[in-house]
Amino acid sequence: MKILVALKQVPDTETKIRVAADGKSLDAGDVKWITSPYDEYALEEALRLKESAAAEVTAVSVGGDKAKDILRNALALGADQAVLVKSAETGDPLAVARTLAAFAQDKGFDLILLGNKGFGGDNACVGPMLAELLGLAQANVVTKLELSEGRFKAEREGDADSEVLEGSLPAVVTAQRGLNEPRYANLKGIMAAKKKTIEEVEGAAVTPAVTTVTLALPPSRPEGRKLEGDAAAQAAALLGLLRDEAKVL
Amino acid sequence: MILVFCETKDGKIRKPSLEALCEARRLADGAGKGLGALFVGADTTGAGEAAQYGADVIVKIEAPSLAAYSSDGYATAIADAVKAKGATALLAAATSCGRDVAPRVAARLGAGYASDVTGLSMVEGRLQAVRPVYAGKAFATTGFETPVQVATTRPNIFALAPCPKAGAVETLPAPAGGFLAVVKEILTKGAGHVDIAEADVIVAGGRGMKDGANFGILEELAGALGGVVGASRAAVDAGWGLPHSMQIGQTGKVVSPTLYIACGISGAIQHVAGMSGSKVIVAINKDPEAPIFKLATYGIVGDLFEVVPELTKAAKALGK
Ligand SMILES: Cc1cc2nc3c(=O)[nH]c(=O)nc-3n(C[C@H](O)[C@H](O)[C@H](O)COP(=O)(O)OP(=O)(O)OC[C@H]3O[C@@H](n4cnc5c(N)ncnc54)[C@H](O)[C@@H]3O)c2cc1C
Repeated sequence: MKILVALKQVPDTETKIRVAADGKSLDAGDVKWITSPYDEYALEEALRLKESAAAEVTAVSVGGDKAKDILRNALALGADQAVLVKSAETGDPLAVARTLAAFAQDKGFDLILLGNKGFGGDNACVGPMLAELLGLAQANVVTKLELSEGRFKAEREGDADSEVLEGSLPAVVTAQRGLNEPRYANLKGIMAAKKKTIEEVEGAAVTPAVTTVTLALPPSRPEGRKLEGDAAAQAAALLGLLRDEAKVL
Repeated sequence: MILVFCETKDGKIRKPSLEALCEARRLADGAGKGLGALFVGADTTGAGEAAQYGADVIVKIEAPSLAAYSSDGYATAIADAVKAKGATALLAAATSCGRDVAPRVAARLGAGYASDVTGLSMVEGRLQAVRPVYAGKAFATTGFETPVQVATTRPNIFALAPCPKAGAVETLPAPAGGFLAVVKEILTKGAGHVDIAEADVIVAGGRGMKDGANFGILEELAGALGGVVGASRAAVDAGWGLPHSMQIGQTGKVVSPTLYIACGISGAIQHVAGMSGSKVIVAINKDPEAPIFKLATYGIVGDLFEVVPELTKAAKALGK
């Protein structure tokens, strides 16, 4: 079985966001870059399948040279090979999906795993777009995955409940928290990864379907009010304010 | 024409879909376009209600093969409808279904896509979308370069405004069956479980709740205020038996209620990512330095085990 895992490099969750001078992109100055946390579940699932079902795992990332860091990490964790598809950051998820589709086409992957969304862009759409472009089944926001001969069964998160879906392989599956517990790289893996090469290919030229017109910080919330007194007095004051000042009751 | 993919539940249009419909009506009016409400399924009872919320046309794609949801089956139906109606914009609510199918439709149509948007406008005949990025730490305005544009709208952001229109019903052919992946079963997490993303009032508990059983006092307060209960990741991860579907934050749900009451939640950046869009925020925390107070409209420094029951009492008294 051949598995492709797509990984995205994103700013660390704690990063303070600053807008660059162009008014539409992130000031990357002090940003610490990490693998998008949902992608870690996707990679972990692939590694578990490698261990239990002798799968071969290819990690891929679309981006610039610095994305090699997360690919190196994927190798350290146990991916068999890693590929960087070189592409300029356009901020357009359809362009990323098209680049990934062009790469995956005709390579015979049985399963393509991704995180259900990339931290930061929060678009949550590359997986389903990729499935459509490749004409494959999709299972999105998955918390449980079982494979059998040519088929998969997945549990996915719905709005208030969860859904069990079944479909044919090859398929695109996007991972949600709960699918597994990602492992950490050990020293042996890190040393081994240093000896492996990260393949580099040029991404197909794609025109973006969307562009960022502006990026702005949210308006700051006005200073709040602290309520005084004992619990009963605070409760009474709060209910009064919610009704008369905020008018939400 | 602007087309809105509408979901129904128990023979009624789901509220997030109605919100998308109302926003689409506003955009259509501004741009002099028509508005179509699209229904896909084996049974589209309830579709008629779309006329009350501004649909000039109600488009139905009905077939037994569409009884169970499938990403590819529904994407085919929706993309076919966009083409048949010559629609230039497609909206859907950013629900689990909308987020699953809309990107697939966008890819099928070669259309630009913006997800989970909180603001929309029409610029020179094309959509422009505002959406939170970097977990709400910034807002991006997205412009579209494609003749067809697709967007999903975040629940609880766009106002409902009834606006009766003709709502002429039209039927389009359904795609042939044989879909690649189909939902076989829905696992319900207990009766009365509602989606917190749609809730207007949320009472959320964090690690300060000490135990899952203590969430009972939050249930009571939520009940008195007509709301639902949510949780921080620390509470969900604590092994108190709270489902992940209750979790609010960057790796949980993003909510936009009118009123958010955070009980025993410190206000970590990843939690704030999920609730900073709340209109009014109340924080109950015994630590006056807790970061949640920087965000709170009203802050109560105190022990939640004393304050919450008092609030429930006061809310019940108010209700009478
Ligand atoms: C990649 C990543 C993703 C994450 N995603 C999420 C997410 O989606 N959602 C999320 O919530 N977190 C998320 N987190 C975790 C987040 O960083 C915090 O750890 C978490 O939000 C803390 O939860 P808490 O506020 O309930 O607990 P704590 O930070 O432990 O705070 C508990 C609070 O309760 C107060 N308290 C205690 N007892 C009482 C009492 N009797 N009365 C009143 N107040 C009391 C304390 O003063 C304290 O402020 C994520 C972290 C990472 C790294």
